Amino acid sequence: MDMQVAKKKLGLKERYAVMTRGLDWTPSYQKMEDIYPYIAYEGIKIHDWDKWEDPFRLTMDAYWKYQAEKERKLYAIIDAFNQNNGHLNVTDARYINTIKLFISGISPLEYVAHRGFAHAGRAFPGPGPRVACLMQSLDEIRHAQTQVHSISNYNKYYNGMHDFHQAHDRVWFLSVPKSFFDDAITAGPFEFMVSIGFSFEYVLTNLLFVPFVSGAAYNGDMGTMTFGFSAQSDEARHMTLGLEVIKFILEQDPANVPIVQRWIDKWTWRGYRVLTLVAMMMDYMLPKRTMSWKEAWEVYFEENGGALFKDLARYGIKMPKCAEQIALEKDHLSHQAWSTFYNYAAAANFHTWMPDEDEMAWLAAKYPASFDKHYRPRYEFWREQAAKGNRFYNKTLPMLCQTCQIPMIFTEPGDATKICYREVDYKGDKYHFCSDHCKEIFEHEPEKYVQAWLPVHQIYQGNCFPEGTDPTVEGFDPLAAVLEYYKLEHGRDNLDFDVSEDKKNFAEWRGQATKNI
Amino acid sequence: MSTVFLALQTNEDTRPIIEAILQDNPGAVVDEQPAMVKINADGRLVVRRETIEELIGRDYDLQELQVNMITMSGNLDQTDDEITLFWKS
Repeated sequence: MDMQVAKKKLGLKERYAVMTRGLDWTPSYQKMEDIYPYIAYEGIKIHDWDKWEDPFRLTMDAYWKYQAEKERKLYAIIDAFNQNNGHLNVTDARYINTIKLFISGISPLEYVAHRGFAHAGRAFPGPGPRVACLMQSLDEIRHAQTQVHSISNYNKYYNGMHDFHQAHDRVWFLSVPKSFFDDAITAGPFEFMVSIGFSFEYVLTNLLFVPFVSGAAYNGDMGTMTFGFSAQSDEARHMTLGLEVIKFILEQDPANVPIVQRWIDKWTWRGYRVLTLVAMMMDYMLPKRTMSWKEAWEVYFEENGGALFKDLARYGIKMPKCAEQIALEKDHLSHQAWSTFYNYAAAANFHTWMPDEDEMAWLAAKYPASFDKHYRPRYEFWREQAAKGNRFYNKTLPMLCQTCQIPMIFTEPGDATKICYREVDYKGDKYHFCSDHCKEIFEHEPEKYVQAWLPVHQIYQGNCFPEGTDPTVEGFDPLAAVLEYYKLEHGRDNLDFDVSEDKKNFAEWRGQATKNI
Repeated sequence: MSTVFLALQTNEDTRPIIEAILQDNPGAVVDEQPAMVKINADGRLVVRRETIEELIGRDYDLQELQVNMITMSGNLDQTDDEITLFWKS
């Protein structure tokens, strides 16, 4: 890029003031509380909105200019990738399953984030946060669109991505990311900013994008790498906004501190549970690994998040309590998740497989305290069974956690041989939880979480079959009916990678690309 | 002091910027990853416009960095002349 830099009439600070506060006015026909009805009920006290300042001091005119440049770079590469049959350059076809997870699990969240920031921006009386939320809202819809565009090229060749939005709304495990974001956008505007702007964007986003994007780079996927980096260039701004939000709220009134601390505790845990999907992607789904989940957690949360919470200590904010339990889970999380998806490969929109010998050796080296003892024997047994023609597909439905909606697969903190169960009685019903943290979140807001749309309950209630299905007819196959409702084709979009059309096609096409046939 | 960092895409735009950052921050450490350069520093990292302009031989607006930034850690402050990343404690 060789941009012309025009001589500015105003300095950056003055320009920022003119283009944010300078555009605002005080209404005289309507009362402030009628225009901004959501600003008081969460209990957050703001005395001076003008104390808000975007540290980048980015204004809308500059925003359009740099975003346009990002788009030009991105689409030039997407074209080149597609023209060059870039999909055949990935390490091996197993990699493509990470793309399926991304398009159905993450991209729809970008769209919801777009709506969330538009809503939050509208709710704030201060022009500084309004402008920052407007930019982030536009960023998020750009991310959703560029991801759909980049991944649409894979959809031409591989299975499982044909109806990602429907999958997001219906497929059982995708209710985990979906309900996470639904939870955030149905909170008040301040909680939304702390949940997504701070806890997700600042504390956890490096664990989502950096592994996905460097995973794409390691595995020869230029298309994903490019949209990832293009989105990530916006994330740096989102992180700055997230940190600014927290500091601004905390500096406004000491009464805000305990409210914010509760939100940070809640949303760090909620976000971490969603990242279970990323953990298993890093340790199992990337044919060429970047770093282990445990290493990424140590660098990006323990080191980096540690520095952040040390800095926030001057406001009285503490490291979330859940960090202790997460530290105990880091040797187990990805293995327990992958075992679950291996089991439920008949009901998912991507393929799973057992790691080969080299991969098991890598896992054992990265997880010396847990892999050989708890997980290798299980995998060797499943592999043996598969070799005998008994590849195990679990056809029963698991119990879900009422808060995070993940099946109750996690073990007790500190004891990897015992499943962790917690329960609460509320208004005559029993609710189940995967952990103390999910249980506490429920207990603080039971009226919100009793409304959870839990896929397993919904299947049992008959709400996840195509319209007109009669489950009472003889020989009724519930899994087949559920897959039809998910719009997934049995034997094509699901099951083990070894028997997949993706594997067969990729080998054939790569052969054609390197030989004269 | 805690570590601050700035991660940039590896490309022709950022090569002289990284060089400028290393000139201006003698204690900074470069961590080269696939397609990404992460610059770590103890407590404080400064990106100076003038140093970049000397290296690229043209005027430079620090907001151009928006295009190539991947991630960062620390409190941030940007003016016409500098971007500073810092921890207060």
